[in-house]
Amino acid sequence: MSLFYLETLLIETYKIIFLVLPVLTAVALIVWLDRRVWAFVQKRRGPNVVGPFGLLQSLADALKYIFKEIIIPATSNKIIFILAPIVTMTLALIAWAVIPFDENLVLADINVGILYLFAVSSLGVYGIIMGGWASNSKYPFFGSIRSAAQMVSYEVSIGVIIINVLLCVGSLNLTDIVLAQKDMWFILPLFPMFVIFFISALAETNRPPFDLPEAEAELVAGYQTEYSGMMYAMFWLGEYANILLMCALGSILFLGGWLSPIDLYPLNLIPPVVWFIIKMLFLFILFALVKAIVPRYRYDQLMKLGWKMFLPFSLIYVVLTSSFLIYFDLLPKV
Amino acid sequence: MLIDDRMIQGIFFYIFALIAIISAIMVTVSRNTVHSVFFLILDFVSISCLFIMSGAEFLGMIMLIVYVGAVAVLFLFVVMMLNVAQQENEWFQSKKSKEQNSSHIPVGFLISTIIFFELIVVIGGWKLKPEIFSNLKPEVMLGTTNTHSIGSVLYTDYIHLFQISGMILLVSMIGAIVLTYKKRVGLKRQSYVRQISREKISGVEIVNVDKNKGVKIDV
Repeated sequence: MSLFYLETLLIETYKIIFLVLPVLTAVALIVWLDRRVWAFVQKRRGPNVVGPFGLLQSLADALKYIFKEIIIPATSNKIIFILAPIVTMTLALIAWAVIPFDENLVLADINVGILYLFAVSSLGVYGIIMGGWASNSKYPFFGSIRSAAQMVSYEVSIGVIIINVLLCVGSLNLTDIVLAQKDMWFILPLFPMFVIFFISALAETNRPPFDLPEAEAELVAGYQTEYSGMMYAMFWLGEYANILLMCALGSILFLGGWLSPIDLYPLNLIPPVVWFIIKMLFLFILFALVKAIVPRYRYDQLMKLGWKMFLPFSLIYVVLTSSFLIYFDLLPKV
Repeated sequence: MLIDDRMIQGIFFYIFALIAIISAIMVTVSRNTVHSVFFLILDFVSISCLFIMSGAEFLGMIMLIVYVGAVAVLFLFVVMMLNVAQQENEWFQSKKSKEQNSSHIPVGFLISTIIFFELIVVIGGWKLKPEIFSNLKPEVMLGTTNTHSIGSVLYTDYIHLFQISGMILLVSMIGAIVLTYKKRVGLKRQSYVRQISREKISGVEIVNVDKNKGVKIDV
């Protein structure tokens, strides 16, 4: 009997390792991709020295971070200071447990998958607040306060957007959400929501043009100012893992997850996982392009956009979607 | 050693319950206010784990989203803004005179006594007359997820209570905004519409300047 539990434990550990390793590799690769796209827009070359096309650049960076000294400021709150990057990294990785890569390729197929993702992404703010507060220094503190306000504000609009999608699905399970898009991806009926989701995801992950928490012109590096070595690298990895997660969420909610665009002969042959990766990459390249072409928002503009435009608009869209569904009797049967 | 499902559940239950209780104690005991809030968050997280363990995954997730994701962030926000070092010692005993106790202790004692008696009434009633509570319980639908069953009860039998609580929250939100809002005068605001709709004709004015007189700009 106890052997059974041991076996289950081993199998689950095996599954977790084979989920986390690809995610971390993907994070290393998208950091490279991000820098290449950014350089391409600005007519530079970008990282192209280490390995073929500079693909191993992230590995070289990671090596550099490992060998750097970790400096802990004397006046900082040491436990929380060390805990902050760990929290960021852990939260960025545990969210991947519910992401379905194929119809049955998911670590935990839970009924409240979308709520789990939403909860984990709303916990992400703690790593930043803890880091900023524990540093006991002005720039990190300002950065973390800004970021907390920003992430809480944009979470609200992401929540309302998710409600829009859930109205069309009738389930909180991520696999069901993808399967509901078999006939039509939700990007077509909910296109305005997709745009707002994309912009809110930029703000939620502190990406430019909403990277005020780490605005280098005003705040040096925001909450990361006092961090060095591997701890800084963990913040950085967590941030990119979160960005990748937002891309995954966007492709699950609006772009049909692992489904191919049309169920026709040549497109059928491509494995579903590849479709999912292509969609995530597409969203990520959009993220990277936005970073290169848009100037940073001012703080009041950011708050105005979140509360006065996105929130009312997505609320109105909830009413629109639900009235449409009720009028044409399209509400999903439970 | 024999291990079965109940034992594993028990182990996890006791782990989470222990974390919850210890962190709840630490909330009140720790001297640093920010540490208290972090322990409160740990408490919320372990409580939501307990919810998930007992099969109420929807409640657990909502607990995480609402309490940890929003309410505790606001707590932390307020606590960080305060000057914590000053207050640290003043809370339980006033610094100025040690004989004169702070007024927080009697109030806290009163509130905790009231909560204690309420718990005794509820739990005692539940133990003595279980049939009263089983009548109040809505029927549990088997075969659906608990999100569906909560929704089907909340939006049918209890819709009025639900709407009233929503209205109360809305009113209190508006009240808080009204109380803290103050109209500031002399503030220069940007208007995107005016900035974008500025034309060359209206934006630039050509002035004929008289010799040796100059012109007054910036009206």
